[in-house]
Amino acid sequence: MSQYNLIDNPNSSNRPPVINVGIIGWLRHNLFSSWTNTVLTVVAAGIIYSLFPPLFQWAILDADWSGVSRESCTGKGACWVFIKTWFWHLIFGLYPVDERWRVVLAFGILIVASIPLFIPWFKYKALVGVFLLIGFPVLAYFLFVGDILGMPLVETPLWGGLFLTLVIAGCGIVLSLPLGILLALARRSSMPVLRGLSVAFIELWRGVPLITVLFMASVMFPLFLPEGVNFDKLLRALIAVTLFSAAYMAEVVRGGLQAIPRGQYEAAQSVGLSYWRMMTFVILPQALKHVIPGIVNSFIALFKDTTLVAIIGLFDFLGMLQVARSDPDWLGFAPEGYVFGGLVFWIFCFGMSRYSQYLEKEFRTESQ
Amino acid sequence: MSLENDRYSISPPDLEQRWMIEMYDVHKWFVDFHVLKHINLKVDRGERIVICGPSGSGKSTLIRCINRLEEHQRGRIVVDGTELTNDLKNVDAIRREVGIVFQQFNLFPHLTAVENLMLAPIWVLKMPKAEARDLAMKYLERVRIPEQADKYPGQLSGGQQQRVAIARSLCMSPKIMLFDEPTSALDPEMIKEVLDVMVGLADEGMTMLCVTHEMGFARTVADRMMFMDGGEIIEIAEPKTFFSSPKNERTQLFLSQVLEH
Ligand SMILES: Nc1ncnc2c1ncn2[C@@H]1O[C@H](COP(=O)(O)OP(=O)(O)OP(=O)(O)O)[C@@H](O)[C@H]1O
Ligand SMILES: [Mg+2]
Repeated sequence: MSQYNLIDNPNSSNRPPVINVGIIGWLRHNLFSSWTNTVLTVVAAGIIYSLFPPLFQWAILDADWSGVSRESCTGKGACWVFIKTWFWHLIFGLYPVDERWRVVLAFGILIVASIPLFIPWFKYKALVGVFLLIGFPVLAYFLFVGDILGMPLVETPLWGGLFLTLVIAGCGIVLSLPLGILLALARRSSMPVLRGLSVAFIELWRGVPLITVLFMASVMFPLFLPEGVNFDKLLRALIAVTLFSAAYMAEVVRGGLQAIPRGQYEAAQSVGLSYWRMMTFVILPQALKHVIPGIVNSFIALFKDTTLVAIIGLFDFLGMLQVARSDPDWLGFAPEGYVFGGLVFWIFCFGMSRYSQYLEKEFRTESQ
Repeated sequence: MSLENDRYSISPPDLEQRWMIEMYDVHKWFVDFHVLKHINLKVDRGERIVICGPSGSGKSTLIRCINRLEEHQRGRIVVDGTELTNDLKNVDAIRREVGIVFQQFNLFPHLTAVENLMLAPIWVLKMPKAEARDLAMKYLERVRIPEQADKYPGQLSGGQQQRVAIARSLCMSPKIMLFDEPTSALDPEMIKEVLDVMVGLADEGMTMLCVTHEMGFARTVADRMMFMDGGEIIEIAEPKTFFSSPKNERTQLFLSQVLEH
């Protein structure tokens, strides 16, 4: 504590000691506050120094940025020409070039409509929420599929790339949370049949790897369908991903429900609230708030798990990257592909993580 | 006295609905633990009953049976002419008439004081929001904390929280108020502010069942004192006789312990 010098400087005692502010103060406080901390700082600096410059050299300084074919790449650094050439396929898959505006329009609407949710003084958040949850999916469905208002039909096997990843992850996220909540409530219900069904469902889905589920959905499931009945492959994958994720979500939500004291239920019942009102207005808001990190964690896992749909022949973002790197013209550029893919996934997942922290902070200030 | 006999007799609910609460030979078990035994009680309209007794004697369980937070397994409970059965309609109807105040307040921590009060009027009584707010403010004024309306429960003192909890119940215009040791979680200096509110309610003729060890309060408001032990009603009497000449030994022992302090 000797570095604080509080007693030697009686005049400045109502301000933080100089040594504790500014860059030096910050360094001292955060990086060199103790022996272990100092050692950790030095080791971490060493690791960063030995890894970062070579990566930087490869990815930026020595990289080739312009050109149209692999001949433009010197081979000294990363060949981003590869990514550039394939870029729009990585984004849209095989979605027809002339129809891509429909996808762009839908995501544009989504972004514009979401902005008000981040404006604190905006009053009609609930209305926007309803649009985003109900109106938007319908709108997006018609835009993506087409076959209406003169827009040609684009069948789902043509969907792909980041667009497909976002469709699967988006549907999975939006559907698995409510489903997970219902499952969690059923699991805590006093009705044995309901409880049993919920437990069976959750344990079944949690016990099987997603790959198996997807595989069964695409290969086995059609065997049980009558001849001629066709069930969209994407739809099957969507259902599989959603149910799988809902089982995990259910357990996260159940954890939150368990943290709510019995008195909250009793108080809600005794003022006459029905079961669903009690859950909607008293229990769930508190329970979900407790488990925001867990929920977002599940969302992130779901987002990354969507890459598994490549197994059943859907060309999501990663699937498209694999197509690209096995293109005979571009063999040998897997590192560039995976670095780029990793970066894109990281941006989305990091975004979700930050949003979760923002929500936690928002709720904390609200009730304290 | 014939009136006294009437109170204890096991007879079908009377048609004029003289009684606000009737309990006929009520029993309750927690698994195989017999918590309530032979409970027979009739509470008049506007009557105030203070319930006391040692810890674990079943006081909370008894009053919680009246609004179905606990389910009785034998006997009958009739509240304002409606019998508590497994029919959910009856349970709902009774819960609308009965307010309860808990030892631990049980306010909704994610809502402000005024929102705590507005919730049930909006969703149970289907009151428009503005009207519910006016109502809520009226009751917050009544418990003398209108200035705390927009604070969250975590920002209020214990006494203030308990007063918000009372106001929350009152917003549903209950005919009966149940209190389960409303002041025992409070610091001594806050007990009075809560008791004052309760005395105010008693003065207005609210039917009240109150579990408390505040004997001073009991003497002022109680029409009858009730002593419970081992899941049974041991003695019921007017406060004067109850305090000066309790009949039962266990009552005497209990009173000597409580009044010593
Ligand atoms: N949910 C429950 N399950 C099992 N036993 C219970 C349950 N609730 C209460 N009991 C038991 O029933 C008995 C009566 O409890 P009750 O809460 O009614 O007592 P009380 O008179 O209110 O006591 P206190 O003054 O401590 O509040 C106690 O022995 C208690 O342990
Ligand atoms: Mg009790």
